[in-house]
Amino acid sequence: MSMVSLTIDGKMVSVPEGKTILEAAQQTGIDIPTLCFHKRLPPIGSCNMCIVEIKGRPGPVTSCNTPVEEGLDVATQSDALHAQRVINLKKILLHHALDCPVCDRAGECDLQNIVYKFGITDVAFEPRAQKRDDAYATSLIRYWPERCILCRRCVTACQSIKGIGAIDIIGEGDEARLVPVAADKCKSCGECLSVCPTGALTENLSRRKGRPWMGKRVKTTCGYCGCGCQLELSALENRVIGVHTETDDGVNQGSLCVKGRFGYEFIGDENRLKTPLIKENGQFREASWEEALDYTAKRLSAIKDQFGPDSIAGLTSARCTNEENFLFQKFMRAVIGTNSVDHCARL
Amino acid sequence: MTNPISDILKAEVILTTGTNTDENHPIIANYVKEAVTRNGAKLLVIDPRRISLVDHATLWLRPRPGTDVAWINGLMHIILKEGLQAQKYIDERTEGFEALKAHLETFTPDHVSATTGIPADDLIAAARLYGKARPASILYAMGITKHTTGTDNVKSLASLAMLCGNIGVDGGGINPLRGQNNVQGACDMGGLPNVFSGYQPVADEKAIKKFADAWGGVRIPSKIGLTVTEMISGAASGQVKAIYVMGENPMLSDPDKHHVEHGLETLEFLAVQDIFLTETAKKAHVVFPAACFAEKDGTVTNTERLVQRVRKALEPPGDAKEDIWIINEISKRMGYPMPASTAEAIMREINTLTPSYAGITYERIAEKGLVWPCPDKNHPGTPVLHRGNFTRGKGQFFVIPFKPPVESADKEYPFILSTGRVLEHYHTGTMTRRGSGLNRLYPEALAEISRADAQKMGIAEGDYINIISRRGSIRVKTWLNDRSSQGMVFVPFHFHEAAVNLLTHAVVDPVSKIPEYKVSAVRIEKAS
Repeated sequence: MSMVSLTIDGKMVSVPEGKTILEAAQQTGIDIPTLCFHKRLPPIGSCNMCIVEIKGRPGPVTSCNTPVEEGLDVATQSDALHAQRVINLKKILLHHALDCPVCDRAGECDLQNIVYKFGITDVAFEPRAQKRDDAYATSLIRYWPERCILCRRCVTACQSIKGIGAIDIIGEGDEARLVPVAADKCKSCGECLSVCPTGALTENLSRRKGRPWMGKRVKTTCGYCGCGCQLELSALENRVIGVHTETDDGVNQGSLCVKGRFGYEFIGDENRLKTPLIKENGQFREASWEEALDYTAKRLSAIKDQFGPDSIAGLTSARCTNEENFLFQKFMRAVIGTNSVDHCARL
Repeated sequence: MTNPISDILKAEVILTTGTNTDENHPIIANYVKEAVTRNGAKLLVIDPRRISLVDHATLWLRPRPGTDVAWINGLMHIILKEGLQAQKYIDERTEGFEALKAHLETFTPDHVSATTGIPADDLIAAARLYGKARPASILYAMGITKHTTGTDNVKSLASLAMLCGNIGVDGGGINPLRGQNNVQGACDMGGLPNVFSGYQPVADEKAIKKFADAWGGVRIPSKIGLTVTEMISGAASGQVKAIYVMGENPMLSDPDKHHVEHGLETLEFLAVQDIFLTETAKKAHVVFPAACFAEKDGTVTNTERLVQRVRKALEPPGDAKEDIWIINEISKRMGYPMPASTAEAIMREINTLTPSYAGITYERIAEKGLVWPCPDKNHPGTPVLHRGNFTRGKGQFFVIPFKPPVESADKEYPFILSTGRVLEHYHTGTMTRRGSGLNRLYPEALAEISRADAQKMGIAEGDYINIISRRGSIRVKTWLNDRSSQGMVFVPFHFHEAAVNLLTHAVVDPVSKIPEYKVSAVRIEKAS
């Protein structure tokens, strides 16, 4: 791989050929403001926030999709660049309702962060023609057109990560809008809402469960299939209020499927078992742990004594942890005295 | 999997068979699509159903259900005829090649085409596609294993991969995609009737002594125990008197539901610990409320053998308790107090007794998981198996004859039923059928039949049909699409009110003991 040398803000930088100016700057620890750029996605180049100046070139270029060249002299900060970025950001905000107090994303919103950083306060708001009741592709994801900045992150994610292309932005200028173009292909994976830099796409399960900063986030492994996706459960008042992912983390690199992202309602379901049950005359009644455990140990011991250990079998679980499975087979082998332990690997 | 998931990005060709990856392993499907769209890899899909992955495929073959050994042998026949095999790899690293070569002689494209329904030209194109690629990856799932010839199918795929030098190399391998978050770990931990943790055989006196000594001089039998299907039969025959179930739902997941129900009802004692009152729990004498994955600490092992942490985010509801506590309390009452009471302490015991997990500690996997085998505390883990040498020394080619499925379509039962899963639900639906989110998307069981068959029978989209087998009948709504071929019907098994395992038969693969869920003969009638 051949290396390319260039200068960024007076620093000499050497990066592999084919990298962008933005990547070269990030590698050097130089911070260029971005909004539509997302490290999991190919460059989009729609927001014009990452503009930089290249010595000898007439106007600024977007650094996210401009490849490095030998000998370039790049400036990432100047009064002119700052002024242009403010203009570009205000243009984006023109169609974005600053309804942060009621927005699910407030507190973890890329747009909110960059507006805060630039200290912008005086912006006009002209809502787009599209009404909120316009259908999104799926019942699990809600679309808020007045918050959408048409950055194309969601469209790009659906196309490049999922290979689906269920949504697209059609129309020009004020008529531009995000619409489902292949709604039947949408799998509700939520890739779009996870990359959305604003609150334009939100989870359409029960709302107002808690603000992003209120929940305690606990990193864990998804409880569904064997992919082993890494995710964070956001917990508030002993309930899960959302599932989050980190772009760099685990096999999933921030992606999840519909079950991993939206399938957490069972955890707090009111029908969860909450007390031991013992069956009497064909009916369950609630029992204390002491009674249920004593009863079970007594029955298992009696059956083992009367019919031998091989009259007892155990089913352990592909949904339980390694430690629980180890303990369960140890119980069957060491305490009951049988190798009749299996689980649903075959089913 | 012999190789990590990310290796899919290094493959020139990806052969997927018996895996509806988009729906059952959506994140692995991301990798397959990225390999195709960004890296220019070629995708070869071999599946009786026209699954959505076919959209991205260079070539799709549609075999008749239950004819896998035939097409795999057929591909190998063509690879040898055209000299595409990796002869140096075969000579140096494998044994049994000459016997296989002689056996494959009769599996000509025309002969295989007649058995499988795949056009001979497509077989040749597929063999060239896979045979010329280095490296090529094979991904498979239960569409390969849920047959009475499941073991034969897997051995055949292994032969195909070895024939082209694709095992033990980056970007290659033979990669089973496992269905549940910890089905790999449950096997690794000895949740099987023939092995202790780390696949140490119970028939091995040394292994028995090792575990018996570690566990305080207990007596452990060397007799191999019963599999899940044998437990159910044993219950029905009176040989098994009690079953203790932790987090499983055999009433919906096992074949021939009437048979399961009878077995469980015949038991003298059934204890179930679960998070909901499942169909199985309803049959129990005692039910223990358990904690779910969000309410406990531990580890799980994914399909690429990566051991990762599960962490407690919530307290369990009501009086529900962690499984570890429940097992320990029963054990104590039966005169055996377990020394370890936390997940981390149990992992330390696993470390000492399980060579492949010896180096996997909570400290080491705090940030990122480790892939077993990881034999000591400094070992980096083993993402690619059989590198340089096969675990057994030389890779063994097996001579596998083609055997048809137990049932085939006939006059009385003219359709082949395959069961499986859909994206929106999980196994027996215990988790995914709660709450509104997933159920808005997929509220009830749908039988997928081809438009052509539907038209012949006068069935319209959304009509209800009765599906009848030799064992039972279910009523289910139809979804007309072209995913099912003519003469085939697919029904997911998540739904207790349309329990498709009323229809399936309980004949299992002789080695793996997996039931033939992919092939049952049924007939279809329009329901009122």
